[in-house]
Amino acid sequence: MAEITGIKEIIRPENLVYKRTKVMTDSILSYCPGCGHGTAHRILAEIIDEEGLQSETIGVSPVGCAVLMYNFLDIDCQEAAHGRAPAVATGIKRLLPDKFVFTYQGDGDLAAIGTAETIHTCNRGENILMIFINNGIYGMTGGQMAPTTIPGMRSSTSPYGRDVKIMGNPLKMTDIVATLPGTYYVTRQSVHTPANVRKTKKAMRKAVQYQKLNRGTCFIEIVSNCPSGWKMTPVESNKWMEENMFPYYPLGDLKIPAEESV
Amino acid sequence: MERELRLMKGNEAVAEAAIRAGADGYFGYPITPQSEILEYLMEARPYQTTGMVVLQAESEIAAINMVYGGAACGKRVMTTSSSPGISLKQEGITYIAGAELPCLIVNVVRGGPGLGTIQPAQSDYFQAVKGGGHGDYHLIVLAPASVQEMADFVGLGFDLAFRYRNPVMILSDGAIGQMMEKVYLSPQKERSKEVPEWATTGKPPTRERNIITSLDLDPRAQEVFNQKLIAKYDEIREKEVRYEEFQCQDAEYLLVAYGTSARVCQKSVQLARAEGLRVGLLRPITLFPFPTVRIRELADQVKGMMSVEMSAGQMVEDVMLAANGKVPVVHFGRMGGIVTTPDEVVENLKSKILRV
Repeated sequence: MAEITGIKEIIRPENLVYKRTKVMTDSILSYCPGCGHGTAHRILAEIIDEEGLQSETIGVSPVGCAVLMYNFLDIDCQEAAHGRAPAVATGIKRLLPDKFVFTYQGDGDLAAIGTAETIHTCNRGENILMIFINNGIYGMTGGQMAPTTIPGMRSSTSPYGRDVKIMGNPLKMTDIVATLPGTYYVTRQSVHTPANVRKTKKAMRKAVQYQKLNRGTCFIEIVSNCPSGWKMTPVESNKWMEENMFPYYPLGDLKIPAEESV
Repeated sequence: MERELRLMKGNEAVAEAAIRAGADGYFGYPITPQSEILEYLMEARPYQTTGMVVLQAESEIAAINMVYGGAACGKRVMTTSSSPGISLKQEGITYIAGAELPCLIVNVVRGGPGLGTIQPAQSDYFQAVKGGGHGDYHLIVLAPASVQEMADFVGLGFDLAFRYRNPVMILSDGAIGQMMEKVYLSPQKERSKEVPEWATTGKPPTRERNIITSLDLDPRAQEVFNQKLIAKYDEIREKEVRYEEFQCQDAEYLLVAYGTSARVCQKSVQLARAEGLRVGLLRPITLFPFPTVRIRELADQVKGMMSVEMSAGQMVEDVMLAANGKVPVVHFGRMGGIVTTPDEVVENLKSKILRV
């Protein structure tokens, strides 16, 4: 009993440096240990909470590892068909223009099967936020080659490494959407270190605020790891990501609002 | 308020009726022979009057998924297309059925398979009535036979869709879409302000979050959901069968036809009766649910039935199931975008059923 009392004495508001995010549910995450999805979810949930948007938010989950996102975020959510989240979000935003609408998609969903929906949604300048988790692999189906698998990278369908002569080139979707007149804010971030988490959160907050301005699509790519699919430990995968993914997908803003670039 | 009389194409009637029915949104993509619907709405600009959203999507696939998003917000949303485009929408349609979302889909059918022809056909019956996409599901399918019904079925379609939380399809064809007839238009209805309890509109502190999905990884839970759908379809079969009979009281031979073919067959009945043949016509108005019970009753009365369709013979299978072997059931149809003539129907009735 004495010990428990001791813990209770420690758990006092002035001692708390970390607490459960209100907009996340108690469901156990279905993500593998060390995967960036959980961190990305938490950042998004914190922003929704801090900006007071829980009652204004409608999220769209993809087909992929984040298919069950609606189990983890305590918000109204729709599950879209593979690649169709931007079209679903378009329908939502057009009918409820005052709501905060976002999609959360992986690379296979957003940059392969949903390429047309991604490009046209960004090109129309739908006032939504698109969050793009790029780990260069199809995680949920067991580690197949993705549109973003970098040259030479191994996967279950490129077991000898991606040979671009046979398998084609990786697609830099974020670079493409940054060229479209409909996008307002396009950035590429990561969540593998505390510093990067802070940067991603800052980007997410900007995107939420920009949506209120009705000036176009905000697009945040998060280059992330896939320890299971890459067959590495979480620490190894983050190191591999820094050494191999970041040179191909450099972090930073690709497009910032004109008024901020002055 | 008095109804307004206008001369319109079937496609235009759908568009005008959508505005007047208080639709919240339309998402479409051009394809012959139904592009007038999108053109009419873009010209009418209902977003300036009723607030109805009209958007040309980048594909039929995007359009049906915009419908998914809007429908999941509890809104009255619709899309229209023609056969090849409807094939593209099937993925979205099965997700909509699986998520139990109400919406309206219009198929102005053209001949197939493949790119086929742009002329009218009824060869999408199986796709519309038996599911179309993957998985066990049904649409409620309405088959208009006039421009008036093209208009009337828009409001009816939305009502049925919301009553059962189920997608509704108006299965028309290129002839009804393109032909002009007089049509009485209903007065403008206000867009509904009701928000269904299941709609995703942002979670207030007063309720649990709403989730729209067709996914359940637990097989037992998925089967329970499948059974729930079956119960819904059974209720629809029980309550929503619609059909029209034409000279069936004393009929010895029965024609079964919907849409354009039913229009043709009305004339065929007159021609046959002028020759002393007691022929009647049953026109299914709902193709799902199908008027199985009434056709089974008529199987006790008539000597034979002929399903007349602009296809290789699709609805005939449902007529056969209804007749259940009591009387011979045959099919006659033209394909490739050719509309059957009344004479051909009578000739084929004679050669296939009367054996004369």
